[in-house]
Amino acid sequence: MIRILYFARLREQLQTDSERLELPADITDIAALSRLLRARGGVWEEAFSGPTLMSAVNQEVANPDTAIADGDEVAFFPPVTGG
Amino acid sequence: MNRISVQTEPFDIAAVQDKLRAGNPAVGALVSFIGLMRDINEGDAVSTMTLEHYPGMTEKALEAIVAEADERWDLMGIRVIHRVGELKPQDPIVLVAVASAHRGEAFRACEFIIDYLKNRAPFWKKERTAAGERWVDARHSDKEAEERWSE
Repeated sequence: MIRILYFARLREQLQTDSERLELPADITDIAALSRLLRARGGVWEEAFSGPTLMSAVNQEVANPDTAIADGDEVAFFPPVTGG
Repeated sequence: MNRISVQTEPFDIAAVQDKLRAGNPAVGALVSFIGLMRDINEGDAVSTMTLEHYPGMTEKALEAIVAEADERWDLMGIRVIHRVGELKPQDPIVLVAVASAHRGEAFRACEFIIDYLKNRAPFWKKERTAAGERWVDARHSDKEAEERWSE
């Protein structure tokens, strides 16, 4: 089981801020998880089709190649705009 | 001493600066950057802004940026405070204060920290205009500002 968090514009678009997901055996990195979420269709397909989403694994900035494993906290969010 | 905070409350700029140099006569320079909320963005009047963040990751990201600045330059104290929640025009949003023996190190470290913060710390701004609420888009110029530190 992994926990997935969604923030800001993405959270509003998906109408959810988090979920728990039983990680399929073939989903081992951020790129694969993004494809899995995109395949849900509708707003998920829209949200995960763009090139601009950022991600984090266990609260560290990730990239498409970053590995994910059972127990991880994964987050997806738009480019950050603090400061 | 280095310290970061993420808070809804306003901060006292003068008190933070005084504390950073207090009791250390070796400090010869103190540089602060204060980011303020503007009442105009993309040509539209903005009445209020709400800052969202990723609790846990935000603190880690800020600590990592501060640690990197401390490693790159010879510094005597770093303080970063970033507000979240609802803000109004003219409200301070972020304070980066850096103390060092000489100004060069403090100036460079202060600019480095805010450039990195803008691209790496998970904050998002949503602003309210006459037309309703909208998320603020990331700026390409902020990415360029970050990249020049690795040239």
